Amino acid sequence: MAWADICAFEDLVENSGICALLNGQQVAVFLLAPSDEPQVYAVGNYDPLGNANVLSRGILGSIGEQIVVASPLYKQHFSLTTGQCLEQPDVVIPVYRVKLQQGRVWLNAGQQNQQASAA
Amino acid sequence: MQQTKQILVIGNGMVGHHFVEQLRAKDPLVQITVLCGEAQLAYDRVHLSGYFSGTSAEQLALTTEEAYKASGIQYRLNCWVEQINREQQLVVTSHGGQFYYDELVFATGSYAFVPPIPGNDQPHCLVYRTLQDLDAIAQSAALSKVGVVIGGGLLGLEAANALKQLGLQTHVVEFAPQLMAVQLDQAGGQMLSQKITELGVQVHTGKATQAIVAGAECRYQLKFADGECLEADLVLFSAGIRPYDQLARSCGLAVGERGGIVVNDQCQTSDPHIYAIGECALWQQKIFGLVAPGYQMARVVVSQLTAGGLSFSGADMSTKLKLLGVEVGSIGDAHARTPGALSYVFTDPRAQVYKKMVVSKDGKRLLGAVLVGDTSNYDSLLQYALNDMLLPKQPEQLILPATSGAPLAALTLPNSATICSCHNVAKSDIVAAMDGGSCDLAGIKSCTKASTGCGGCTALLKSVVDDELKSRGVEVKNHLCEHFAYSRQELLHLVQVGGIKTFAELLSRHGQGLGCDICKPTVGSILASSWNDYVLKKPHVGLQDTNDTFLANMQKDGSYSVVPRIAGGEITAEKLLVIGQVALDFNLYTKITGGQRIDLFGARLEQLPAIWQRLVDAGFETGHAYGKSLRTVKSCVGSTWCRYGVQDSVGQAIAIENRYKGLRAPHKIKMAVSGCTRECAEAQSKDIGIIATENGWNLYVCGNGGMRPRHADLFATDLDTDTLIRYIDRILMLYIRTADRLQRTSVWMEKLDGGLDYLRKVIIDDELGLAAELENQMAALVNTYACEWKATLDDPQALKRFRQFVNSPDADENIVFVEERAQIRPATAEEKRQWQQQIPVTEIAVKALAEEN
Repeated sequence: MAWADICAFEDLVENSGICALLNGQQVAVFLLAPSDEPQVYAVGNYDPLGNANVLSRGILGSIGEQIVVASPLYKQHFSLTTGQCLEQPDVVIPVYRVKLQQGRVWLNAGQQNQQASAA
Repeated sequence: MQQTKQILVIGNGMVGHHFVEQLRAKDPLVQITVLCGEAQLAYDRVHLSGYFSGTSAEQLALTTEEAYKASGIQYRLNCWVEQINREQQLVVTSHGGQFYYDELVFATGSYAFVPPIPGNDQPHCLVYRTLQDLDAIAQSAALSKVGVVIGGGLLGLEAANALKQLGLQTHVVEFAPQLMAVQLDQAGGQMLSQKITELGVQVHTGKATQAIVAGAECRYQLKFADGECLEADLVLFSAGIRPYDQLARSCGLAVGERGGIVVNDQCQTSDPHIYAIGECALWQQKIFGLVAPGYQMARVVVSQLTAGGLSFSGADMSTKLKLLGVEVGSIGDAHARTPGALSYVFTDPRAQVYKKMVVSKDGKRLLGAVLVGDTSNYDSLLQYALNDMLLPKQPEQLILPATSGAPLAALTLPNSATICSCHNVAKSDIVAAMDGGSCDLAGIKSCTKASTGCGGCTALLKSVVDDELKSRGVEVKNHLCEHFAYSRQELLHLVQVGGIKTFAELLSRHGQGLGCDICKPTVGSILASSWNDYVLKKPHVGLQDTNDTFLANMQKDGSYSVVPRIAGGEITAEKLLVIGQVALDFNLYTKITGGQRIDLFGARLEQLPAIWQRLVDAGFETGHAYGKSLRTVKSCVGSTWCRYGVQDSVGQAIAIENRYKGLRAPHKIKMAVSGCTRECAEAQSKDIGIIATENGWNLYVCGNGGMRPRHADLFATDLDTDTLIRYIDRILMLYIRTADRLQRTSVWMEKLDGGLDYLRKVIIDDELGLAAELENQMAALVNTYACEWKATLDDPQALKRFRQFVNSPDADENIVFVEERAQIRPATAEEKRQWQQQIPVTEIAVKALAEEN
């Protein structure tokens, strides 16, 4: 799968999310910056429980060891590493591979978690 | 499967209709035929008097002929049954029609009893039972000035209300020495008489009407047994009901001595193929004249005809209602007839409130209650009675006015109490989830779905869970979440004492993990009310809920609504035009809010800055509709225009709104100012309510509407403006400093040890010596206020966030609108599938954006 150049690193918002368009798919990209080592995560922007493209506007955090985003609509938590909804484990959103290179943010259109449904 | 059965229903009142509806829902195939004696299908008889205050017959209707047809329900109107042949299972109507049945259901209801008084059959002597009766009453009323209702029971008072609404001078005549003798005790009946008399209805109790003869001044004269008389043009009988059981008698079914078709626990009559439900049925020598037991019987019969299982076991006849505007409630043994029963009575002659509680001999159980003038205790009393709950040690607290602050005691809620109405989760479901091993909020939410709908029950749910944990001996920590082992109040102290300015600093010094959607917005609010930094400053951005981040209210489809501040609800014509033009240009849906301002819906994320640029240029500021902060200060028009106003309520509201706008708090804050005691601004339903007096202002505190409405308490009277503002400063600042997350002022005050009195001591008497400090803190916040939208528009970095995609100018294709009542609304999922191709709103919006730039 090909990598796509999405935006400059500066376009990310610290401890929050932005949304990118990748081959017609909406992808939420989060920058977690608790330490010197910035961590970037990418998941589908569509909240399958609220049925709207809003996850990039959710609040980041951790529940136990899981790094999560809370949907701004009904507050369910989705894991940023597995895409699984903590409240309804049968609901899984796509997780995308993401890398930082030369000050740019790259996304890979191939989903990382195969179990996520395309819908 | 058996062959499809023929079910025949006689009568289409509320109960008959409920039966048909329930049966069809359970069995889509069964043949249902309804024979309805009236000219229209079922309508709401409970709210019949609304017919005279503007409710149309269509609005009262419970169904339509189309709906019956669509569900395959056969029906005949104006159809009276002549005869029933039980052997052949055949019903013959007066038109000669014949209907075969497998099972027959009597839902014939009842008719108004007309006492055998000579002269009761004259043209303007009427009854109050059906829509046709109502038409006759209206016709007669047009030719009458004075009306009298014979019968002072529940229905009689309803009828009196109808006559009053028709503009007649209204009398009520009751044979018993008091009104509503079935439901109320004597003192309660007296209080009700007094209140109703003040509302302009003359009450005559202990009067036996002996004859209705021609009158001297009016059409008729009622002659009473005691020699007195009363003149009236219209006589309305409402002296009770009698079951329609003639048909059952004539076909040989068992009926009671005083009427009513005898049924067993399955609502079966003496013929196993014939059932009777509602007011025509007699169960254990009792007739149930309320709609709820009738519905229960309907469901019992539906269960008999389908899966089986349900049986009728009597019904609670407790009632709560508003008669002629007076609240009345009656529960269980209202007359204290249980041997050994004890009564507690509270009377407030000034407010005209009467409350009585009947308790068992040992004082442990509630047997009954009477409430007149204030039924706010009805629900909790009813729960005590129905669930046979153990009363508190001092049961009188339950009916005494809540001066000491009756706590929201979740533990005392019965298990059947509904906590989350969106997902219909009862307290018992939550307890079961905890029995099943869930012992934290998140777990309980995920397995019961409670609080995952509108979220309005979040605080109540937490309270239930905490209390339940406490009762199980689990130590409940008031910790905000897993990241901070502190309450909100403790965190606020840590922030202020430590001079902590960012979430990261607080987390590293006092917390663990990364934070979450609970602690981040809470800390954001604490930081804002401590230092009043711009909420979108870089370190604070990630703390805010989306509404605070984008300074707008997210709607279900991910679009936003925009609410400019309209302080006190006062707005110039020019500004109205601006709002209208903005709405037109961006194709927004407009709606007037309850807080006297205008909400603009359907703005997409990337449109918000352009919309606000226009609004800010025209002099608008953000309305903070998105924040846990001051929302609005509602006002009535006040002494400037109103004949009754005694102070300038609008001016006061505007000054107060401008003083506290932007103030971040544990929850939203609403206020109102009324210009006189008529209270048109509804200030007593607000966190801070102000009502003008001849001498100044009365201050009410800690009220709210919403899910658990609470009247505000009178805090101080006849204040001058300066004192008024100082008290509000102190109260709000104390609330911000000590309340829990998402705790409204009402719950906060109720949970304060000592309640309202304690609050008075701190605020008015300054017993803690805090007053000056609280005022200074408020002054600092007021002085550093800045409109967040103006600040955002001036900040290119902040503006960058207002785009759907970081790498594309496209709009979110999932936001699609359709037109309804000449405005947009979000398309349903089905509509989106159908019209995926046309997205007209996007084009309009893009055009508007292009013009802006």
